[in-house]
Parts: sequence; C-alpha cells; structure tokens
Amino acid sequence: MVDMETRNDLLEKAKQLVTSLESGDDEAATNTLEQLADFSENDLFREVGRLTRELHEAINGFLLDAKITDLAQREIPDASERLTYVITMTEKSANTTLGAVEESLPLANELGEKATELSGKWDLFRERKMTVDDFRILSGDLTSFLSIAKSHSKSLHGNLSSVLLAQDFQDLTGQIIRQVIALVTDIEDKLVQLVRISGAKMPEKKYESDENKLEGPIVPGVEQGDVVEGQDDVDDLLSSLGF
Amino acid sequence: MKILVVDDFSTMRRIIKNLLRDLGYTNTEEADDGITALPMLQTGRFDFLVTDWNMPGMTGLDLLKEVRKDASLVGMPVLMVTAESKREQIIEAAQAGVNGYVVKPFTAATLKEKIDKIFERVES
Repeated sequence: MVDMETRNDLLEKAKQLVTSLESGDDEAATNTLEQLADFSENDLFREVGRLTRELHEAINGFLLDAKITDLAQREIPDASERLTYVITMTEKSANTTLGAVEESLPLANELGEKATELSGKWDLFRERKMTVDDFRILSGDLTSFLSIAKSHSKSLHGNLSSVLLAQDFQDLTGQIIRQVIALVTDIEDKLVQLVRISGAKMPEKKYESDENKLEGPIVPGVEQGDVVEGQDDVDDLLSSLGF
Repeated sequence: MKILVVDDFSTMRRIIKNLLRDLGYTNTEEADDGITALPMLQTGRFDFLVTDWNMPGMTGLDLLKEVRKDASLVGMPVLMVTAESKREQIIEAAQAGVNGYVVKPFTAATLKEKIDKIFERVES
C-alpha cells in the first residue's frame, strides 16, 4: 500500500510528466520518468530489505538458541550412549535369565526322572510285591532322593529368584528410552522450524519402501510396507508359493 | 545330526540352542554371521542350518545363496529364523531356496513344527 503523502507526490510527478510531454520538453519528461521509476524501485528495495532483515533475525535467533548447540554437541551423543546401554542391559538380563534356565532344566529333569523311577518301585511295595532286600534298596534310594529334592529345590528357588531380579531392566530401559523419545521429538520441532525459515514446503508424508533395506521386527503403529501379520501369514504365503 | 545356528545376537543363539536341545538335537554349534558360518559349513560337518537374516558382515540371505551355489552344500536344509516380515522378502528367501521361514518372535511349537516339516520333506 502507498501512503497519502506518497500518493500526492506520485500524482504531482504524473501531472508534471503530462505537462512536459504536452509542451514538448523532452528533457524534463525524461527526468520526471526517471524519478517515477526510482519511486517503484525504492519500494521494491524496501520490501527486499525488510524480508532480508526478517530472515537474518530468524536465522540468528535459531542459531543463538542454545538448545541447538546442546542438542548437537551433548544430547545426541548422549542418546547414542544411552541406547547402547539399553542393549547392554537387555543383553545382560537375557544372559542371566538364560543361565538360570539352563542350570535349572537339568535339575528339574533329574527330579522328574528319579521320582518316576521311585514311584514305580513304590507301587511294587504297596502291592506287596517287593522282597525285603529290594525294600532295603528302595529305602536307600528314598533317602538319597529326599536329600536331592531338598538341595535341588533350593537351587531352583535361587535360580528363579535371579530370573525375577533380572527383569529390572524393563523399568530402567523404559526410562532411558522415554528420555530418548523426548529428545527425538525436540529435534523434530527444531527441524520443522528450520524448514519454516528456509521457506521450503514440508513434503507430504509418504512411505517409500526401499527394497534393500531390512526393516527388522514388526512394530505396531509404524508403517513398514507390505508385511505379514505373523507366522500364519508366512505359512499361507509360502504354501501359495508351493511350499 | 549336527546343526549350525547363525545369529548376531548371542542370546538368540542360546535360545535356539536350548529349544533345539529340548527337541532332541543336542549337537549344535554357533556362528555370529555368514562370514564365519560359511567356512564352518564348508568343512562338511553340518547337516542342517538355522540362520537369522539381518546380520553384519554377511546376511543370512547371502549365506543361503552361497550355500545353494556350493555343490557340496546345495542340498542342505536351511531354516530362516528372522524378524524380517515383508512379503517380498519372504518370497525372495523362498526363491533363493530356503526350506522353512519362521518370524520372530516365535514359539517353541512353531520351531518344532517347521523343523519336523523340513525333515519329513528331506526324508521323503
């Protein structure tokens, strides 16, 4: 918009131009024309100047935002450290659990096998089909079984307790992952600001499948292309291929 | 029956080895990717390969392709146990000559069913 003063000024110059042209004063007409051209150029330059200043201020404001430097220098490397620690913790927990299970399975097996063996002999005794000598052997077997049962159940209890304790990773890794999610959201906001400053249009969100990229586990709520729903889908797909 | 279990995560190898032992397959060895697995397979000591897909070095799919290229290993039954769930990937694995495909997370019953099925087919 042109203000009143400028409008009057313009009108004055236009009238002068008409007068000069009518009177055949070419020099004065050219002069007035140049002044008119200057006027529109000034206006354009003012507008470009304003935009440049705004852009400059926006970029400066963005760069001066201490959070950005902090994000790049500290928080992102920190997040990598944290996530690596999540892998370490989950691995440790899995190993503790697996160790306890591997130690417990043979104990449970031994108890089961010995109990089956004894119960066969015990049935013979109850049916009065056992000689005194066999009973003496059974009595010895029972004594040793009771002692094994006592010590194995103690070991099983210990192993199960360590499986229980090994689940503490869920709480700790959950907290760490939440912090990283907050960081990623923060970075997303900053990136959106940056895109806004540069004036580029946000591209429409579109899932592009990269055939060579391995997607890893199915994550509910994340678009991963044409994935199967589970083992049944895999079986259906393979059987449709003649498997 | 000697089985090679290939996965880059040691815990997954342990889980699979334990499940295999429960199924009666006690003779197993481990490798953490295709590069270490291939020379082990080429010694001719193994009868069955269970492999993950996504591993650094050499992926399970590339390992499968190498196995099918090798005249001494071409007939080896291969079971892929992986989190990769894209239809096109499963088709790709099938085309490369996989004998069974199990998606993670899986159950002991699924693993047993697939292994039984593979051996049924191999024996018939």
